[in-house]
This record gives sequence, C-alpha cells and structure tokens, in this order.
Amino acid sequence: MSGVFGSKVKRKEDPRLITGQGTYTDDVKLPNLAHAAILRSPYAHAVIKRVDVSKALEHPSVLAVFTGKDIVQKIGPIPTAWLPPDSDIKTTAHYALAIDKVRYVGDGVAMVVADDLYAAKDALELITVEYEVLPAVVNQEAAMGKMAPVVHEDAPNNVAFHWQAGDATDEMFANAPVHVSHRFVQQRLIPNAMEPRSSVAQYNASTGSLTMWLTSQNPHIHRLLLSGILGLPEHHIRILAIDVGGGFGSKIACYPDEALVGFAAMELGVPVKWTEERRENFLVTTHGRDMILDVEVAGEADGTLTAIRVHNIANMGAYLSTAGPGVPTILFGLIVPGAYRFAHAKVDVYGVFTNTTPTDAYRGAGRPEATYVLERIVDLFALELGMDPVEVRRKNLIGADEFPYHTALGLEYDSGNYQQSLDKALGMVKYEEFRQEQEELRSQGRYIGIGCTTYVEICGLGPSQVAGAVGFQGGLWESSTVRVHPTGKVTVFTGASPHGQGEETTFAQIVGDRLGIPIDDVEIVHGDTDRIAMGWGTYGSRTTPVGGNALAIAVDRVIEKARKIAAHMLEASEAEVEFQNGIFYISGHESGTVRQVTFQEVVLQAYLAWNLPAGVEPGLEGHSFYDPVNFVYPFGSHFCMVEVDRETGEIAILRYVAVDDCGRVINPMIAEGQVHGGIAQGIGQALWEGAVYDDRGQLLTGTFMDYAMPKAHFFPEFETAFTETPAPQNLLGVKGIGETGTIASTPAVVNAVIDALRPFGVRDLDMPLTPEKVWQAMQKGSVSA
Amino acid sequence: MGMKETQVTVNVNGKLHSLTVEPRLLLVHMLREKLLLSGTHIGCDTSQCGACTVLLDGRAVKSCTVLAVQAHEKTVTTVEGLGTMEQLHPVQEGFWEKHGLQCGFCTPGVMMTAVGLLQQNPHPTEAEIRHGLEGVICRCTGYQNIVRAVQYAASHTETSAIDSEVAAPDIVRDVIEGR
Repeated sequence: MSGVFGSKVKRKEDPRLITGQGTYTDDVKLPNLAHAAILRSPYAHAVIKRVDVSKALEHPSVLAVFTGKDIVQKIGPIPTAWLPPDSDIKTTAHYALAIDKVRYVGDGVAMVVADDLYAAKDALELITVEYEVLPAVVNQEAAMGKMAPVVHEDAPNNVAFHWQAGDATDEMFANAPVHVSHRFVQQRLIPNAMEPRSSVAQYNASTGSLTMWLTSQNPHIHRLLLSGILGLPEHHIRILAIDVGGGFGSKIACYPDEALVGFAAMELGVPVKWTEERRENFLVTTHGRDMILDVEVAGEADGTLTAIRVHNIANMGAYLSTAGPGVPTILFGLIVPGAYRFAHAKVDVYGVFTNTTPTDAYRGAGRPEATYVLERIVDLFALELGMDPVEVRRKNLIGADEFPYHTALGLEYDSGNYQQSLDKALGMVKYEEFRQEQEELRSQGRYIGIGCTTYVEICGLGPSQVAGAVGFQGGLWESSTVRVHPTGKVTVFTGASPHGQGEETTFAQIVGDRLGIPIDDVEIVHGDTDRIAMGWGTYGSRTTPVGGNALAIAVDRVIEKARKIAAHMLEASEAEVEFQNGIFYISGHESGTVRQVTFQEVVLQAYLAWNLPAGVEPGLEGHSFYDPVNFVYPFGSHFCMVEVDRETGEIAILRYVAVDDCGRVINPMIAEGQVHGGIAQGIGQALWEGAVYDDRGQLLTGTFMDYAMPKAHFFPEFETAFTETPAPQNLLGVKGIGETGTIASTPAVVNAVIDALRPFGVRDLDMPLTPEKVWQAMQKGSVSA
Repeated sequence: MGMKETQVTVNVNGKLHSLTVEPRLLLVHMLREKLLLSGTHIGCDTSQCGACTVLLDGRAVKSCTVLAVQAHEKTVTTVEGLGTMEQLHPVQEGFWEKHGLQCGFCTPGVMMTAVGLLQQNPHPTEAEIRHGLEGVICRCTGYQNIVRAVQYAASHTETSAIDSEVAAPDIVRDVIEGR
C-alpha cells in the first residue's frame, strides 16, 4: 500500500505479546520434559581435585549427572568465531564443563538432569567438589603483569591477542601545537535482557534429529556451531528462536549450557530444559565493555583536529566468547576517528584473559566505547583551547559535500549531513540560552551543564568480503524468501532474527509498500532454521539494512515474474506494463480501463498455470541472498542537560535531546522506540551501572539488588527527532537505528556533568558518575566560577 | 524432595483449580508449570524486576515472592485473564497503541503493575506513573512509551470500570485508602 513505508503502523507482533500468548523458550512444554541445573564454581580460579556426584545420583528424581570428565570425549570445545587477523590470537580450549580447572565464578562444573526443576536444584546441593583455590586476577592491566596468575597456560602474560590498525607517529603528537591525552575507563556492564537465557532440546533417536528451542539472536549460527560441538550433521539440527526477550548482544554467543542441554537430550532420550536464574545470568551470560583506554589527540591552535591514537586494554574474561575478540578490535578500532576529519589515526588493542565472566557484544559493541573516548577527548581538547565544545565539533565535522568520505582507518563513510544534524539539535536545545542560564545559576551556587555527542556509527554488518578480511568466521549477507500464496497472501522467510526490534511489522511494511497489499496480508517468519534457508541473525544493527534490503530484492523478483505473467494476460509486452498500488496496467491507462489486472489475479494465474507465457514456470516465489557492498553509517547529534546538586552530588537530567539519521525511516514509532531504549541504556552506563568484582573474582553486583538497573523514574521524557539522509548504497536507502542511542548518550551525559562541574576544576570522572563520586570531586575542587 | 504436599484451591482468571503442591512451590511456578499459563514471566529471583506481577485478590503482587499455598482460597488474575483480543483491557490497548513494548518479556508484569497503579490512582501524573512503575524493570523501551501507554489507559478507562473489572473491591478500597 502506498504510504505504508514511513508510516507509524502498530506492531503486528503485539497482540500475542500483550495477551500472554507469546512463545519464549521457557514457555515450551513437552511430554516427559526433564529439567537441568548446573553446578557452578564458587571460586574464580581453582584446580578441581575431586567431584563426587554419588549422592546426587541417589536422589529419586535425578536421571543423570554429568561432569567435565564424563563428557569431554562427547562434546567438543566451544569455539570462538571471530579471529582478528595478524593478532596472534590464542583460542584456548573452552570445554562445556570444566575438567581440571575453573577460571571464573560461574564456570560450569557439573550438570544434573532430573524429572522436576526443584529436584534438579536440590540435587546440585548433593554434589561435593574439592577445590584447590588459586590466586585470581580480575583487572586486565594487572593480568598483563609478570607476577600475575596465569588463566591459560598457553597464553603468556594472559594476552589473548594483540591487534593494531592505522598509523600515527609519536612526532605527530609531540610536535603538535595542541596535544591532549587522557586515560578513560569503560566499566564492565551486564546486558540483562529481561528474559533469562534458556534452552530446550528434543532428540529423535530413530531419525537422529535434534530440535532445540533457544534464546538466540542468530539461530543459524547456533546450528552451525552446535553441529560441530555435538558432532551432529547440520541438516539434523533444527533451532527455533520464536519469541526472544531481548538480547543486546548477550544472545549472540554459543554457550556451554546450550551444548550441554542438546547433549543431555541425546544421551538420555528425553527432552531437556534448562533456564538460567537471574543470578546465573549475572555470572555466566556474557558481559560488555570493560576496557582501559589511553587516548591522545593532536591538533592546531585554531581547533583543527589532526591525529588520534588509542591504546586499548580489553578484558576478555576467562574465555574468548563467540564474537568477543571482534568487539575491542574491529568494532571498536575502526570507528575511532568518528565524525571528524582526522588525517591520522592509530589503534593498538590488547585482549586479555582474566578470571571473570567472558565479555562479548553489548548494545553497540565497541562503537559506544570508541565514541565515548572520542567525544570525551574532544571536550578535553576544547577545554585546553578554551573553545566551546560545539564549535570544535563544527570545525572538524566531515562536510556534507565530502561523501563518500575515506577515513584514516580505511572506511568509506557512505553519506551524511552532520552539520544539518547538529544545527537541528542546537535549535531544539536553545544552546545559547542555556549557556546564559548556566552563568546566572553559577553565580547563585547552582551547577547546570550541557554535553553533546556528534557521532557516526558503523553498522549494517556487513559485506562478507570484509567480514572475512577482519576475521569473522562467517558471512554477513542475509537471505530472504517471499512466498506468494495462490490467494495473494504472502509469507516472508528471513534470516534476520529479531528479539524486540519489531521486524514483523517493518518487514511487512516493506512488502506492503512494494506489492501494494495490506500489511495484514503479510506474515514474517523468522527464528526457525528448518523454515528459513540460511541467515546470520540480528546484531550490529543489520536487520533493516541487510535483511530488509534482502527482502526488498526478493519482493522485486516476485514483481519481475508477475510482470511477465501480467503482460501475457494483458496481451502486451513486458516493457509496456507498469505496476503500482497492487495493479499491473498499461501506461496511459492507469484506471478505469480494462487494460489492467490486479496483483492477486496475476498470482492466481501463476498457480493455476493454465496459460502462462512461454518459458515461465508456475508458482510465485522470490529469493535473495543479499550481500551489501558497504556498511551503513548512521549519525546524529545528542545533547544532555543536567543539574548537579551541590550538597549531595546527585545528578538530575533536565533534558535529553536526540537527533538521529538512519536514512529512510520505515516506521517512525518503532525507530523512536529504538532510540529511547538505546538512550536509557547509555545513560545507565554513564550514571548508574557497573559490574564490580572483588580482588578474588567474586562478582559483587550479582543481582538486581546490587546492579543498578535504570527504572522509569530515573529518566525525563526524551526529546527525539530525525533527519533523513537516504543511504546511497542500498535499495531502500536505510541504515540501522538499534544502537545509536547507546552510542551517543553515554558521552553526552558525562560531558554534561563534567561541564556542570567546570567551576570545581574537574576534568574527568570514571563512570558510573555516582553521587558520592561527584560529591567527592566537588569537595576536592575549588569553586572558580 | 519428600516434602509433604498440600492442597491448594485457587481461582485463576475466573476458573477454580484444586491442586496438590509442595508447600515451597512458588505461585509463579504454579501458574506456569501446573496451570500452563506461561504469560506470567520470571525475570529475576530477588523480587526486583516485576515481570511476574499478577493480581492477587485484586492487588498487584510479584508471584515469584508468593507461595502457591498463600494463594489458597484467593483470586489470581494473570495477563491471560486481563482481556481478550476481542475486548482488550485499556492497559493492553495502551501498550499496543503507544508502542509500550519491544521484546514483550516484561510486558505482562508491567501491564499488571499498571492495572494495580490505576486502581489506586485512576488519573496519575507522569511523575506518579514513573514512580508507580518503580517495581518493574524494562530493558528495551527506556520506559517513555510505557508511560504513554499508561496515560492512554488512564484516559480510556471509566473510573467506575477500574473498581469493578478485577475482583475483590474491598481489597481495592483498602489499597486506595492506604490500609
């Protein structure tokens, strides 16, 4: 239907979700379903001397107990699927259950399967494990020290990999008129999707086929990896991820517990379910961020930025998670120059093993960290020069006439209008008025501040050739099948795999727009490896730019074939037949003439096949395997305004303004929702969230009581707006929107707080900016308004 | 394990159930595992996230912190009993209209919390809504559209309907009067 693309359409997925009829993995019930529970190491680093499961086995409800030694011959190690090139990466073996050593609190030691969930958990307490506790190391910089405990014998100094890109020499910084350097810490975050991870497995011994329901962002990747781990042929594994309750990167990885559940179902001949508890989620589901970043910029006295260099020590945790190594290297490193015209850039990254939970993607994955250090150091650079931070940005932003723009690190930014975005945001903010008010309030002893981010993001992962070149062990194209049924209704099969992004709606809008049919006539099928040819899933804001364009191409192939049939029906040549709003017609006779046929009439003829043109096969289905030629580069300008309470150090967010550009917007309501959620998570990092380990490797923030998840009353109403610069390199003109908010908001908030604290001489504070930290900083500083 | 089982009689969404359960069985597990009402979700184990919120005799409670035996001879309303596709509850309508959900996992609990909130305060301000949602966590939406959804529900609900729609008006009155 014309007008459906770009309009605010209510979500098609909502009816089942607001009536309690969704199918999340833990909702799956099967006859004779057994329940698994996993015994986890209470120590961060220890040798397993002995495991005694005999008492657990005596429990009347227990079907089996497995230890690392029991299964080592049967389940292969969990692989890492991102191996950055030229990084000397150490892919140490990660077994589904620890065999002789545990390496973080939460490392699996044994699994119990029982016919009842409560009994399975009771039986865990009947297992005795004798440990020899070893010293642990949790900080990545400390882990590189000569005397540090060794996490893996085959990784000297705990270095998992060392990756570099770009070039910027010492002289560029030493000889620069302006040179600013600073160490920033990106604290560790815990993704906390609201749905805990879960797996259900059912094995049919007679056919040798395994069906698994999984909390997965990428079911086909899971099938591929589990095929190798379990030694089952790929065509005998079916992965279903029907409704997935949020992921934020934490449901990309293939986890040991998933392999264990599949194995147990095969071994025991009964279906098996395992669902993590929240405290287990805190311990074993991948964490994000956790980087120590030394950053330097060089520039001219007029505010021109010339070179940037970042040294990143990234905490990878105890094992390299599926996509983990790609985050601090490729996803972080390549976007370090951001939206500015840096002539030179250099990135130097160490990935380090520690006795902590493995890290992997968390919303934004590398790009929030890069944007944070860049946007913070640009503010420090402005401070050094005594320039307004907005003016420094304006001076250095890549101009609208400079695209495609080639960066110092080899990326080609596809398109942008950064100045327009900044101007629009400034207009919403009323920047000058705020600065005046700030002066006035300072004289009254009140401290307000404003901070901004002018970001560019790399997403829409990505061209497969590039994926290969940067060590991703897979392709990054996407598949789509558009099956038109005889009545003209449409089922779409897509390899993108949403978990809250509203793709059942936006994808139906793409189809409805192109075919001229109501979106209620379109069903989007995702998350089922038996129904969908192949796909690489949803992460890196790739669903719309890659999966969406795959879909558009497949729809156009349907139209192409339908046009042949329509031309035959209209007794015209194909070239004469136009298609609009669901009607094939001959040019010049748009309406009210007999020289037209509807899409539905053509579809029916395609299936009846009574009178098809020569060489045209019956049926109507479009397929595509779309590999993008480039990434896409959304951008925008975010502003945050805060007030810091002089007495308590508490921060009140006065306003939050976001202007984003993700190319053409398919559904403004959904795009806005993505921005809201991203901003909330980004502000969460700036002000409240942070995983804390003690020096023995115990996670002190292991429940929602201890880890500060943002609540509704923490936020003001976000003010959001869009500019639309169509993406030039894809059919739909779209870019990703899922991560922009997280990328932009964290530095905007911190810049605002530091701006508010300027009279106290505060240059930087480590996140999260808790009232205590802010209050201490004000106590130390002297007011010099 | 060998724990003495006990009898529970409970009215869930207007239907009476009699079950034999372990005394330690949580209400949320009774709903999900015994009655197969999987709309009520479990998001944490420390009573913070509110995904498991249901109405117990008309009051919003976290069903992961209530034992099944505590619901004996009481009335439970879950998301499955809130409204039907033919006749959605105003809160459900609000969540659909205002894009109050993304992944949908916390949604049943957040909606039941909103129902409880609107019973106590049929015309809340934005600040009151945000405060009233203190007991739930949503990771997707940034809460803004949840607030809009609750505002929508408030403006589309007859005050009299709020009192009558979900059981036990006397308890509702207790709550309103702060008892």
